[in-house]
Amino acid sequence: MHLAYPAVLSALLFCTGLYGVLARRNAILVLMSVELMLNAVNLNLVAFDVWLSKAAEETLHSGQALTLFTITIAAAEIGIGLAIVLAVYRNRGTSDIDKLRDTAESHDTEGPDHDALTAGQAEKAEATA
Amino acid sequence: MSPTSAALTTAADTHGFLSPTGVEIAFLLVGLVTFGAALVTVTTRQLVHAALWLVATLGGLAVEYLLLTAEFIAWVQVLIYVGSVVVLLLFGLMLTKAPIGRSPDADSGNRWAALTVALAAAATLIWVVVDAFRTTWIDLEGPAAGSTKATGESLFQNWVLPFEGLSVLLLAALVGAIVLSRQAKETAADGPGTGCRSGNRTEAGAPSATGVPAPAATEPGAPSEKESR
Amino acid sequence: MTTTTLAVLVPLLPFLGAAAGLLLGRTAPGFVRPLAVLPTLASLVLAAVVAVRQGGDEAINAATKLTPTGSVPIDLALHIDGFAALVAVLVGVVATCVQIYSTGYLREDPRYPSYAALVSLFTSAMLLVVYSGDLMVLLVGWEIMGICSYFLVGHYWETPEARAASIKAFLVTKLGDVPFLIGLFALATDAGSFRLTKILGTVASGGLDHPTLIALLLLAGVAGKSAQFPLHTWLPDAMAGPTPVSALIHAATMVAAGVYFIARLLPVFEASQAAMIVLAVMAAVTMIGSGLAALAQDDIKRVLAYSTIGQLGYMTGALAVADRGAAVFHLLSHGAFKALLFLAAGVIIHAAGTNSLAAMSRMSHVRNRVPDAYWTMTVALLALAAIPPFSGFFSKESVLGAAEHVATGHAERVPGSVGWIVLVAGLLTALLTAAYAMRLWLLAFRGRGAEAPDHGRQPLTMTVVLWVLAVPSLAVGALAYRVLPDWFDGRDLAPTLTTSVLGTGVALVGGIVTYAAWRHTTAVAARVPLGAVAAHPEGDAAQVEAEAIASHAPVYGTVAYAPDPADPGRLLLGPLHRSAAFGFHLDAVYRALFVRPVQAGASLVRFLDREVVDTYVRGAGALPRWLGIAVRRAQTGNVQTYVSALLAGTVVLAVAAVLVATGA
Repeated sequence: MHLAYPAVLSALLFCTGLYGVLARRNAILVLMSVELMLNAVNLNLVAFDVWLSKAAEETLHSGQALTLFTITIAAAEIGIGLAIVLAVYRNRGTSDIDKLRDTAESHDTEGPDHDALTAGQAEKAEATA
Repeated sequence: MSPTSAALTTAADTHGFLSPTGVEIAFLLVGLVTFGAALVTVTTRQLVHAALWLVATLGGLAVEYLLLTAEFIAWVQVLIYVGSVVVLLLFGLMLTKAPIGRSPDADSGNRWAALTVALAAAATLIWVVVDAFRTTWIDLEGPAAGSTKATGESLFQNWVLPFEGLSVLLLAALVGAIVLSRQAKETAADGPGTGCRSGNRTEAGAPSATGVPAPAATEPGAPSEKESR
Repeated sequence: MTTTTLAVLVPLLPFLGAAAGLLLGRTAPGFVRPLAVLPTLASLVLAAVVAVRQGGDEAINAATKLTPTGSVPIDLALHIDGFAALVAVLVGVVATCVQIYSTGYLREDPRYPSYAALVSLFTSAMLLVVYSGDLMVLLVGWEIMGICSYFLVGHYWETPEARAASIKAFLVTKLGDVPFLIGLFALATDAGSFRLTKILGTVASGGLDHPTLIALLLLAGVAGKSAQFPLHTWLPDAMAGPTPVSALIHAATMVAAGVYFIARLLPVFEASQAAMIVLAVMAAVTMIGSGLAALAQDDIKRVLAYSTIGQLGYMTGALAVADRGAAVFHLLSHGAFKALLFLAAGVIIHAAGTNSLAAMSRMSHVRNRVPDAYWTMTVALLALAAIPPFSGFFSKESVLGAAEHVATGHAERVPGSVGWIVLVAGLLTALLTAAYAMRLWLLAFRGRGAEAPDHGRQPLTMTVVLWVLAVPSLAVGALAYRVLPDWFDGRDLAPTLTTSVLGTGVALVGGIVTYAAWRHTTAVAARVPLGAVAAHPEGDAAQVEAEAIASHAPVYGTVAYAPDPADPGRLLLGPLHRSAAFGFHLDAVYRALFVRPVQAGASLVRFLDREVVDTYVRGAGALPRWLGIAVRRAQTGNVQTYVSALLAGTVVLAVAAVLVATGA
């Protein structure tokens, strides 16, 4: 099988997830899109592992091991992410990302704990992207 | 067909894109379904449907893993993603009172910028990837590269230490998720919180020691804890 | 001590006195009066010693170079000839008298320390001008006098007249000083030096390339400083200053500086016939115009100011006929009697409580209140009107004689027409001078009506000074014309018969006609009550004068004019009276020629600054502001927007990196 097939599929899925992360309003949908991106990477890892284990006699199976690790971390990430989303929802009554604009120019009447939460959300979004 | 390093150089001569093998055709078809499901996931206006389409995408990916002879990864994918992550996401939607049915504002005003960025990134990636790997050939003959035996051997011979490190990470994630999702008033009371945390710690400590099924075992545990609160 | 050392001390002592007075004025008020009077007195004594030692012999020259200054060297040089020695003595006498007089006149003035220091500084500057042998050093003194004049005229800065007058004096003299400076540079370039001796040597050898240009440029500065037409307009307005200042600066010394300067550089002017003709015409216009204007003034000090302009016209007339001996002779005698006139006028203003002749003419017994001022002023007015045997007669006759000498073709270098111009104008002015002197005397001392208020006796310092100054006016003239030629060029200064008879004749005619006119109008005076009397006649003289100046314009409309039908000048001048009172509307001409264009230019500049330049500034500011607004809009707070921008940048960078790596 040509390596290009899984590689291109992986790129397309990644960009689909990217679009979702950037365009979706609901935080949980954003998390779904992050999962898509992670899976695209996983597909890439598996495909290259299969290729290298045959073509270069690489026996460490580092690609597959890394895939497993990624899946684990993705599971942890979704847990933490959902916990954050729930906390935001409890505090704000919404989980829409574009309503969390405490760092915007020219409105600064929010309390400090809200800022902290938003900052956490921002860091999360950047980390996953 | 021709094994080992000769494939690197001669793949283009022996394997044209216009004469695909059966595996390639299957991969292509499943890939189209997967990609289509992914597109619907990120564009649909019904939030619950998005989660269900995500199931289709992840399932399609599991099939692709199988086609790439990585069977263990495929089953883990089905177990963890389809089995737990999507359920977790559905719970999340439910807990945040996401609207059932079509919501007119599923996409933010950032859509066109996002589309531009995504298309540009896709074009760049596909261009680079195709340019680099259009002649590379994966030999799928012979023993499966991702059988459970091969994966288990490499994981527990070469990757034990990262594996253990990962179990600690999972524990930390568990504790973090609990702390974040607790009510603020209970934090102020401080009495029952310590009891809960110690109970979770023993529960999380066990699967990290047992090994492979640890992710599968831990993650269903986390939402159940969250649910109970 | 050598004569040179003494000569250096002459300008230095008043300068030190001024510095000490400024420093100690607040902390030690008791020292202010000695510090004002004693240095000036000492420099008078030293100037007299220098004059005696010089004795009209060979000029004393001394020079020291402080530092190299480039192409044309500047030296601290002395050049003391007979002119310098005698003019310095005059300056010393008048300055000392004025300082003594001021101690009484400004007895209660809170700004007396700074006033006295400025007068000392002024004296020092004038002495520097007199003694300096280097034109650059002379210019330093020249400009210090200008600035001191500005401060002293504005001494009563509470009144708007004084403020306006000080600014006007400064600006008008500067209008002349700019060409003056250029002329000095041109002269020094032609001669290769600022030293007086070298310049005169160059002129004597015919080495001057642009004599007419230089002479006319210098003439502008002289016209500004010596208040000659058309730059004379500042002098009448400068009477808003205290009377001693008018006496010192605007009668005896500063205005004489211009005449003295020409006298020193007369060969330069003689090198250009055009300049001599211009000088003669300037002198003639100044003499006649100021005589007419003086006849119409209501303020006693403005009468004297216009008479100063006229007498300076005599001096420039004498210079136009190339007789500097006559010019400086008249300068000396005029300095004495004009200082006396002003100081006496100060006393009269104090006694009468007004500076308006119209008001004084309705006041009887003024002369009984101030007998010293009455007698000395009579002497000075006779000297002014050139009645023998007073000093003014001899000096004026020497001028007229020199003019007649030229007019009859006895001079080789000066054209006869110049002589005729000066002679005719001089005789006409003699008539006018006698007329306005007579008018002043009659209106001030022969008034009828209510009695003048009695303030008791004037301070001794003020009256003694009057008598001191009366001596030279009274007696010295006849002696001087025999002695002075030894000090000067050696030309005969004795009055000739023709001009003496003519001059005295017209002066008598002027006086008698004025007396007749006064007799005719004096009946009217009683019927028209007029008066502007100061509110605080018991205050000191300076306060009374300040109030008199301040109240003149509100009562009569202007500072120059009074609607008095009893004025003999009105009868004599007829329809000319009103325009003569306003100085023939020269101020209006200046306003149209200079002030309006400058104001229009200023408003144009303001428009350009506000509307044009600021538009660029605002535009330059607007672009960053718009950029800021645009950038601020990007700061939405939406994390997805930020990440989109971040990833777009990443894609661009990745594409660039790939392109670079593949060498595309």
